[in-house]
Amino acid sequence: MNKVFQSMRIAFRALRVNKLRSALTMLGIIIGVGAVIAMVSVGSGATDRIHQQIASIGSNVIIIQPGSQNTGGVRTGNGNAQTLTEDDARAVQEECPSVMYASPIQQNQQQIVYQSNNWFSRIYGVSPEYLTIRDIRIEEGQPFTTDDVRSTSKVALLGKTVVDNLFAGEDPIGKTIRIRKVPVTVVGTLVPKGQNASGQDQDDLIIMPITTAKKKIMGGGRQNNWQQIGQIMAQARDGQNQQAMDQIEALLRQRHRLQATEDNDFQVRSLEEMAAAQEQATQIMGLLLASIASVSLIVGGIGIMNIMLVSVTERTKEIGLRQAVGAKTKDILSQFLVEAVTLALLGGSLGILMGVLASLGISYFAGWNTLVSPVAIAAAFLFSALVGVFFGYYPARKAALLDPIEALRYE
Amino acid sequence: MASPSKFRSNGADPAGESALIRIEHLHKTYHMGDNHVHALRGVSLEIARGSFVAIMGASGSGKSTLMNIVGCLDKPSSGKYYLDGVDVGALDRDELADIRNKKVGFVFQQFNLLARTSALENVELPLLYSDSDKSTFKERAMEALTAVGLAERYDHHPSQLSGGQQQRVAIARSLINNPQLILADEPTGALDSKTSVEIMGIFQRLNREKGISIVVVTHEPDIAHYSDRIIQFKDGHIIVDEPVANPRNAERELAEWPEEVEEKEPVA
Repeated sequence: MNKVFQSMRIAFRALRVNKLRSALTMLGIIIGVGAVIAMVSVGSGATDRIHQQIASIGSNVIIIQPGSQNTGGVRTGNGNAQTLTEDDARAVQEECPSVMYASPIQQNQQQIVYQSNNWFSRIYGVSPEYLTIRDIRIEEGQPFTTDDVRSTSKVALLGKTVVDNLFAGEDPIGKTIRIRKVPVTVVGTLVPKGQNASGQDQDDLIIMPITTAKKKIMGGGRQNNWQQIGQIMAQARDGQNQQAMDQIEALLRQRHRLQATEDNDFQVRSLEEMAAAQEQATQIMGLLLASIASVSLIVGGIGIMNIMLVSVTERTKEIGLRQAVGAKTKDILSQFLVEAVTLALLGGSLGILMGVLASLGISYFAGWNTLVSPVAIAAAFLFSALVGVFFGYYPARKAALLDPIEALRYE
Repeated sequence: MASPSKFRSNGADPAGESALIRIEHLHKTYHMGDNHVHALRGVSLEIARGSFVAIMGASGSGKSTLMNIVGCLDKPSSGKYYLDGVDVGALDRDELADIRNKKVGFVFQQFNLLARTSALENVELPLLYSDSDKSTFKERAMEALTAVGLAERYDHHPSQLSGGQQQRVAIARSLINNPQLILADEPTGALDSKTSVEIMGIFQRLNREKGISIVVVTHEPDIAHYSDRIIQFKDGHIIVDEPVANPRNAERELAEWPEEVEEKEPVA
């Protein structure tokens, strides 16, 4: 260890002698490491954005939609069949061990009126579990309960956009709004979630008990079975996404009395799956950017090798002297290797600084989400050390194997 | 003289303790393409412990080649070289480095000090490659600088020292590991005559007081006469090997030096 410090000190001294040259040599590494750090943080920023969006939907979310309907050879698209029921939703929650919560969802768009204001929004008829699954929090007031669902209470929770458009500064809690002439009491407002991945406003919604939504609001029309619902949203236990999906499929096939030869009349999809695909695409992009950036790191390494070769030639006489007074092969080797690694690490550290600044700049000026990960910093540091060793080894070996007599005679 | 047993055991040295250097039928041939240059053609030589020997000869006479071999920088093509009982021809690269570090001190014509490095650190240099305790470095380097009378300039860089002072730093460096042999290659070649005498005085004192064997290569007969024995080379052979009847005494000459005795101001 002592020896290493000693070599470091000698290396620093040698590098100080040619400050400009050392700085220019490091520039390659600085740019390389800086570019890698910046690119990786852009990449992980994008990935992080996707994670946030998934989190805003809710984690481990599984969506069950009705499948296509085959009526005498005419097949409708997915979601058009009327095969899912509230009982299915309840069964999924109660009978699938890997499912934590499940909620039926029936949605519809309606005109909503409060006094002289009106607004067109999406109504979600759900069970109270829906709030947990989607991680929707109540800002003011209270959520509705299972009792409200059972008793078809005319209560609703309003998203921020709806509140803003109907109640200009007024406190909505306890007020009565009208949806298709049905009076509904506002019991709570929701914490805003902002836009989702496709730019849709996630706060433009009204949530109410499924029973109320179906029987009082959306009643009539094509529904001849009160039980039927648009979809089921379920939440799997952590790490049991696949099991939950398998259990749901098996359960629903059984409940729908499907024969082994029959296709599912429903569709089970995991949001994680979709997100994973998107995330993978982002990661590949990030990797591509980083690998392009790492080319400049290699170029920087070649710069180090070049300057170390020059340095070895310049200091031939010094090497000869050190050999004459007893420096062994490994002493000279380590001296020049440490010098190259010091150059690379110094450049790497400055490059990390540059990269962090660059990614801050990118997020500030371009408005992209960037994330500087400690792993990337550690990797960049380690990698620049490796570049130093790799490109410093040949010049160092050349120095170590000089013939002391020739080296001493060198002018 | 203390010497590590590591090397002692290696030597099949029938001559025993008396000879520090024993050379038998030494040949050295350099191959340059198809040309074979015979630098040494069968040299045999013994140098006792505590001797002060001058080696003379024209360039190309083989004296430099002999010095390289004696200094363990090079190995003989054939023949034997024993240094302190160790068969140097049998050692590998790193073992040679080790024996140079422990037993040989080098003094060069051009001083060969590291620039931008203080006198003290220059003197410490051989210690970096020894297995000595680092905490003793400074003390030992100061001791060596004191021995050459340069203790007060320990923090000066070579560029701040005169030629004679630089050469004294180089001698201090050669002393630091308590070698048994100091090899000086034209040590006064770049110095004026008074400074040359001063340097030879230091060698004489080290030889007398510490019992260190000194081998000086020179082409100046004046300088050679500070030694006890002069060996002359020609065409790879020893042509003269004789004791000096009345060696010059540098200390006495300096005391009687006609001009001012002040040290010259450092040359920038």
